[in-house]
Order: sequence, then C-alpha cells, then structure tokens
Amino acid sequence: MADGPVAEVLLQRLEAADGGLDSAELAAELGVEHQTVVGAVKSLQALGEIIEAELRSTKRWELTAEGEEIAREGSHEARVFRSVPPEGLPQSELMRLPSGKVGFSKAMSNKWIRVDKSAADGPRVFRVVDSVEDEVQRRLQLVQGGQAEKLGEKERSELRKRKLLTEVNLKTYWVSKGSAFSTSISKQETELSPEMISSGSWRDRPFKPYNFSAHGVLPDSGHLHPLLKVRTQFRQIFLEMGFTEMPTDNYIESSFWNFDALFQPQQHPARDQHDTFFLRDPAQAQQLPMDYVHRVKRTHSQGGYGSQGYKYNWKLDEARKNLLRTHTTSASARALYRLAQKKPFTAAKYFSIDRVFRNETLDATHLAEFHQIEGVVADHGLTLGHLMGVLREFFSKLGITQLRFKPTYNPYTEPSMEVFSYHQGLKKWVEVGNSGIFRPEMLLPMGLPENVSVIAWGLSLEREHLLCTESCAVIMTYTSLLP
Amino acid sequence: MYKRVMPNGEIQKLIITEETAKIRPYAVAAVLRNIKFTKDRYESFIELQEKLHQNICRKRALVAIGTHDLDTLSGPFTYTAKKPSDIKFKPLNKTKEYTACELMNIYKTDNHLKHYLHIIENKPLYPVIYDSNGVVLSMPPVINGHHSKITVNTRNIFIECTGTDFTKAKIVLDIIVTTFSEYCENQFTVEAAEVVFPNGKLHTFPELAYRKEMVRADLINKKVGIRETPENLAKLLTRMCLKSEVIGDGNQIEIEIPPTRADIIHACDIIEDAAIAYGYNNIQMTLPKTYTIANQFPLNKLTELLRHDMAAAGFTEALTFALCSQEDIADKLGLDISATKAVLISNPKTAEFQVARTTLLPGLLKTIAANRKMPLPLKLFEISDIVIKDSSRDVGARNYRHLCAVYYNKNPGFEIIHGLLDRLMQLLDVPPGEKKGGYVIKASEGPAFFPGRCAEIFARGQSIGKLGVLHPDVITKFELTMPCSCVEINIEPFL
Repeated sequence: MADGPVAEVLLQRLEAADGGLDSAELAAELGVEHQTVVGAVKSLQALGEIIEAELRSTKRWELTAEGEEIAREGSHEARVFRSVPPEGLPQSELMRLPSGKVGFSKAMSNKWIRVDKSAADGPRVFRVVDSVEDEVQRRLQLVQGGQAEKLGEKERSELRKRKLLTEVNLKTYWVSKGSAFSTSISKQETELSPEMISSGSWRDRPFKPYNFSAHGVLPDSGHLHPLLKVRTQFRQIFLEMGFTEMPTDNYIESSFWNFDALFQPQQHPARDQHDTFFLRDPAQAQQLPMDYVHRVKRTHSQGGYGSQGYKYNWKLDEARKNLLRTHTTSASARALYRLAQKKPFTAAKYFSIDRVFRNETLDATHLAEFHQIEGVVADHGLTLGHLMGVLREFFSKLGITQLRFKPTYNPYTEPSMEVFSYHQGLKKWVEVGNSGIFRPEMLLPMGLPENVSVIAWGLSLEREHLLCTESCAVIMTYTSLLP
Repeated sequence: MYKRVMPNGEIQKLIITEETAKIRPYAVAAVLRNIKFTKDRYESFIELQEKLHQNICRKRALVAIGTHDLDTLSGPFTYTAKKPSDIKFKPLNKTKEYTACELMNIYKTDNHLKHYLHIIENKPLYPVIYDSNGVVLSMPPVINGHHSKITVNTRNIFIECTGTDFTKAKIVLDIIVTTFSEYCENQFTVEAAEVVFPNGKLHTFPELAYRKEMVRADLINKKVGIRETPENLAKLLTRMCLKSEVIGDGNQIEIEIPPTRADIIHACDIIEDAAIAYGYNNIQMTLPKTYTIANQFPLNKLTELLRHDMAAAGFTEALTFALCSQEDIADKLGLDISATKAVLISNPKTAEFQVARTTLLPGLLKTIAANRKMPLPLKLFEISDIVIKDSSRDVGARNYRHLCAVYYNKNPGFEIIHGLLDRLMQLLDVPPGEKKGGYVIKASEGPAFFPGRCAEIFARGQSIGKLGVLHPDVITKFELTMPCSCVEINIEPFL
C-alpha cells in the first residue's frame, strides 16, 4: 500500500503543500474513498518518520436519505403546492398524492394553500399565492454543496428535527512532513529467500518491519487429556517412591474381594443397591479361593484372630454377587493375598490408579465413575507415624506441605485418618485424602504374619484435579475437549 | 456406671409369638423409669433413634426402634405377626384408624416413610405389637401407634427393638438406654424388661454388658509410633471413656469396655482411641525403612508410551465413560446386544448405565457430538479398558486394553487412519507383511462400516481389530453429520 499510487500522490502533494494537508480533502480532490487515503497514510506511517499524521475529528453536516430526495425533488409542501391547479383540487385527491399527507399541513401553515370546506363535491384546496420559494430545498442544496455553514444555527436544527439533516463525526488525518520525508519510497521486502542468500542481495534490500505483537502460527499438534496428565504425574510420584504398580485391569469384581475380604460386613449400607452397581450378567463369581473364604466367613460371623467379629450369619451367596468395583482396595486385597502366599514374607509397596464405580445420580460434583489413587505399604512394625511420614513425602511431591490429620472411620482400617491440607486459593483446610492401617481381621485370614502392618491411603484423581484447577464442574472433564 | 435394675413392682414382659419367625424374629425391650425431658432432650431422643435407624439399623431393615409412653399402656405386651387386613389402629400423628393395607398406600407418598415400606410390604404377615388391652404400640418397622406417643411430659418409657439381627438389636437397645438413662431420676439406671421367646426361653434386657480387655502398653506404643508410659496410656484411654488401669507386671493395661462401645471388637479399636486421645497431629512423622524397587504394570507402561506417541501424531486424547446404554454398543452399531458378550448391570439409575462398554468407539463418537463447534478435522483417540464376559475368569468377565482413534472431517480420511495404524505398528516394532511377527490388513466387512471400506488387522498371528470408514447409519445414529473413519485394536498382544 505504501508503494501504491495514492501514497505516491500524497507524498507529492505533501511536498508541495505548505504545512500539511487534510486526508478528507485529498480524498475529495482525488475522487477516491476516504478510507483509501487513510490506508495510504497508515502504511506510510509504518515505514518510519516519513510522515507525521495527526488524528482530527471534525463535524460535518450531511443530508439524510430523505433530505437528499427533497434536495432533488423539492420539499413535500412545495410539491403539494405545485400539484394544485388554478381551479383547485379535491382534498381527498390531494391526500392521495405521494407527498400529500406530509406536505399538506406544512403548506397550510405556510399559507400557501387554503381549503374551501363548503365546496360542492367535498373540501377543495386552492392556491393562496401564485408562486412559492422552496426555502427548504434551497437550504438542503446548500448543505449538499458543502456550504452548511451558510445556514443559521436555528435553521440547521429545524432541518435536523425534520430528519433531513444529520451531524456526522468525521475522523480525518492532518498529514505533515516527517523528519525523514522523501517523495520516493523504495519497495520493501517481506522475507529472506534462498536467492537472496546465494546472491547476497539481502545486503542491499530494505526489509519490512515485523509486527511482534501479532500471534504466531500454532503448531498442528495433538493433546493429552488434562485429567490423564495428572494421572501420569501421580504414577511418576509413586514410582519415584519405590511403589510397584498393581494390576487393576478388572472393573468387574466379586462382593467377596470388594467387601468381605476387607472385613466389611454383609449388612453394611454400602453394599446396598443404592450405592453399588450389581451385575445381572454375569451375576455371580464362580471361582473363589475356598479355604480363604472359610477363614473370612469365620472371622465375620464368630470372630477370631483376637477379634469379637460381627456375630451375624455370613452367606456365601452374598459374597458371590458380582459388581462394578466401588474402590481399587479390592485390587489391593488381591495383591496382599498374593503377597501372603509367598514365604518368607518380603516387604512390599504397591500403588494403583484406576477407575471405580458408584451408583450415584450425576450432578456437577458427583460422577458414577471416577479414578481412585491408592498406595499401600506392607512391612514389619509399621506405625501410624510411618503412615503420616509417607503421606508427607507423597504430598510434598505435589507441592502440598502443610498437612493435618483428623480421626475418621473406614470399615477396613483402624486407626483411620482423614488428611487435610491448607489450600491457598480457597483459604481453608480441604480434605486431600483418606488413610489408615488395615484391620487385623482383614490381614490375618490372608495369611500375613502377625507383626506385619499394612498402611494405606487413597484419594480421588478427579478431586485432586479439581483442587488444583479450581474448576467447578467435574463432569465437563468427561465430555469436553479441552485443548 | 450403667446399671440394670429390677423394678419395684411387676417386671414388664414382651411375649414373642412364633408368627414373627418368618418376617422379623427378634425383639428386645427395656424401661426408662422417671425420666425428665426438656424440649432439647426430647428432640435429641427422637434424633438419636433416626440416626441409629440410618446407620447401624441399616435403614430399619436390621433393627427398628419403638419408644412408647408406658403410662398410656398396660403390659404384658405381645409381639406377633398378622395379616395386613387384620391390623387396624390409629398411627402416629393421624386422626383416625386405618388398616395396615390402607397405611401402606398412604405412606407411599410420604417422603420419610416410603423408604421402609418394602421391608414388609409383600409379606403375608406384618409384624405388630399389642398391649394387654389390644392397643397397638407399633407396626415395625414402619410406624408407631398414636396412643403411646411420647411427649416432653412423658415420665416412663417402654422401648422395644425388633429386627432380623439379634446382635444389632441388643446393641441398639443398649445405646439408647445408656444415652438417656442420664435423665432418669435414678441416674444411669435402666429398668429391666423380660422377653419371652416362642420356644419359652426367657431373656432379661438390656444386657448392658461390660467386659474387660487386656492390651500390652508396648503394643500400643509400637502400633502408633509413640513412647508413652503405661500409666499415661491408661490415662489417655480413660479420657476416651474406656476406664483403664495398669496391672500385672506394669506392662499390661486392663480396659473396661462399656456397653456404649459396641464398636470395640479388636485391640486395634482400643489402639485407635489411644492415638486419638494422644492427638494424631502430635505423633512424630517418620519414614519406613522399607526398601523396594518399583515396577510398572507392563500394560500401563505400554499405554503411557502409546499415549504420548498418539498425541505426537496429532490426535487429541479423550476420556469417556466405561458405562453406557445398550443402544450405544449394539443397535447404534448395527449389532444385536446378545452378540456383544457385554456385561449387563442389574440396577442402573438411568439408561446411561445399562452395560459396560465392549468398544471404545461409542464414547469417542459421543465426544465428537458434544463438541460440534470445534473446528474440523476432529482427530480423537482413547487408550482404555473395555469389558467382555469370559467364563474362564473367576468373576466371569475380564477387561481388554483397547486403543481407538477416529477421524471426523468433510472427507472420511481412511488413509489418515490407515497411516496412523502404520505409525503405531512402527512404534511397536511390528513390521509390515505376513511374515512371523508382522502385520497385515485384509478386506473385511462389518455392520458398523461402509461396505468395501473396512479391513481387519492381523498382527503377530492374531486378529487385533478393524479399521474403516463408518457406515452412514452409525454416523446419523450418533447424531453426527460428517464422514468418519476409525480404527480400534486390542493392544495386549504387544506386551
């Protein structure tokens, strides 16, 4: 644009001009659109100090569409006057004319016409004077000719009231010579090319300046899901702490491994239809480790291993019921059972992050499926203090350093602790996890040695993600594509 | 501290008849004598029953509590079961008498009581308790009679707990009477009541059993990770209302477990109380000396590697639900549900949870439908588990780790999906060709695919999945409008 014809002319005129020139005037002179001149001004500005351009706001009077029509055809009242012949015209006919209705009252008030109500075939309109001066048309033509200033303030506002005239704000540029003014501007290069490199011609060419405030071109890349990126982070943390990943690739679990093996009684509310997804097909688990099952049955119904037990009738059929696992603790139970079969006992650290299912009604904060994170340490002589220490290291890898613990209840851990951390954004203590030491009634029937303690903790991936991102609707994670 | 005492006059009797055996066999009873209620205590009394009903009573299915103004009744009481049409009484807060059948209908719309109707609704006989004048005390577990309603002015309370779990019924009775015996004139005493079982056996309630447990002080210290003297530990436990003292060689602590602590069934319960009294946040945090080398689960390790490479190939990862409707995995893909070997859920709250997915494709198509405003082409993938019935597994089903990718654009982009597959095989070190360990695709067909635009993928000697252009029927059934290609494979053979 800067090398366009308009820009060239502008520079030439500027050289000849005394002081500067107005962009609108130039546009009128050249017979081009004002915007074209503005474009030339802007591109010349981009080249540096060649010109100076000052933005000015001027007001101008312009005719409206109706105003233009009147300037052409005459005012409504004048047209009405002209259409009344010497012998007069029935008013009804007059009103039917295009300018009739509008012009009639004005012509009457100007005393250009009169109405004879007593005429034979209805009211009749007659001329009062022989000829009229169409002042309105004359005034509008003045404005059209660019001489609006010749009209008085009162006259102008009257025409504006009749919606024949409007005031427009015109933004023009006052262009003057810049410090590096020159009438000749060389064409600028945009990019380096292979020819320029090989010929060395780049040394003699001017290059168009870059606009560093514009955005670049985003690479065409794929994306990983934000929640699963958090899962990767947690996997990494566990592996760094020496935890081995448990197999959890089984969404379907039997009530035995999901509840009974964890010493959760068969009458417990969580085993209700309301909270757990039970299966229609396959409805029952066919294979269970029967000698272990018997030990679990005895512990529930009669006690043993130092426990009073729950003293109720334990039913095998209830334990066989298949369900969608409600926690990954069932996978931990399977892993601990396998560990217990290996003699002699070796200490182990396990973790898992996988999907669990609860029979909930969906809303912004409740999902039927979510991901549970679980960590387990099995060793001799572990204490509550060890559990807290492991949690401190685990959470500090997430950047969470302030932890507090509160007593809570889980059917399969005793003692149990809720883990709280101080959230800077929300300015309050929020729960970040649940933990405890597995009950002997769960571990001893598996065959683990008596002085082996198993500490465990768990949290939900979705909740962790929410706390980190402060986004409100967890369900959006599963349906929207966040880039 | 809590004592069961014999009454000055006749002991209250509750006689259980054999008809209850089939529906709600157990009952226990007790009396709170000369109790003084205030408005707060009265409200607390009602609230305790509600709370107990919700948790230990497992929403009244295991145990239901009935409390009655003894002065409006006259024993002995009979706990029996009768045909619903034969039971007629004025229930709590109603103005006239109804039969049990009528009550079942009335309470169907009662937000509070409708949840308990199912416990007895379809049984031939309903449980009911009468006094010696035929006044109905209650029809457990649904509603008490109005006649014996308790008010702030009630002085003598007859409590009955009926249910299907004898242990829980006894525990629940113990909890109520111990809690409110504080407000009896003879504080912390509960008047005994006798229950006569169908076989003639007599039991006196409440049991209010105290028992003694012995725990070694060093065990508590060891499990919690603290170093308190036995005397201090005994003090901490006593503060938790577990009266304790050091006995024997100075290392043993004898703890008295009151009837209010039915939750103490193992030494670990006592240890938790000691830790709570000590203060969790006072325990020193230490790290276990457990030395282990970590191992990744191979399937997850492979998944992580593939995820990153899929994103590098320009595809965006989606995360979709594992549960879906039957249509999603069958009808919408042109299949019959019986051919899918899908796992079926028995109690879904909505149609969205009828089955576990047998393919990742519906989830991805639904994700596209939910993101129609995004610019084309849409290139999505997911590497996650599907579930199939498998009788060789202990539970009768197993997961498979699938990888699924879709390309959704103005043109189907089969060559792009095919190229993606080639890239995957390259990453997995599977060369093209039928030679051992290689992969090849062969023309195939399927109801979900456009005819002539579908191929089956064979790698390492087995079929691992299919790729192709989706059939327009599939596209429209998922409320989409553009052509779409997809590939879905099982990645487990590549471990």
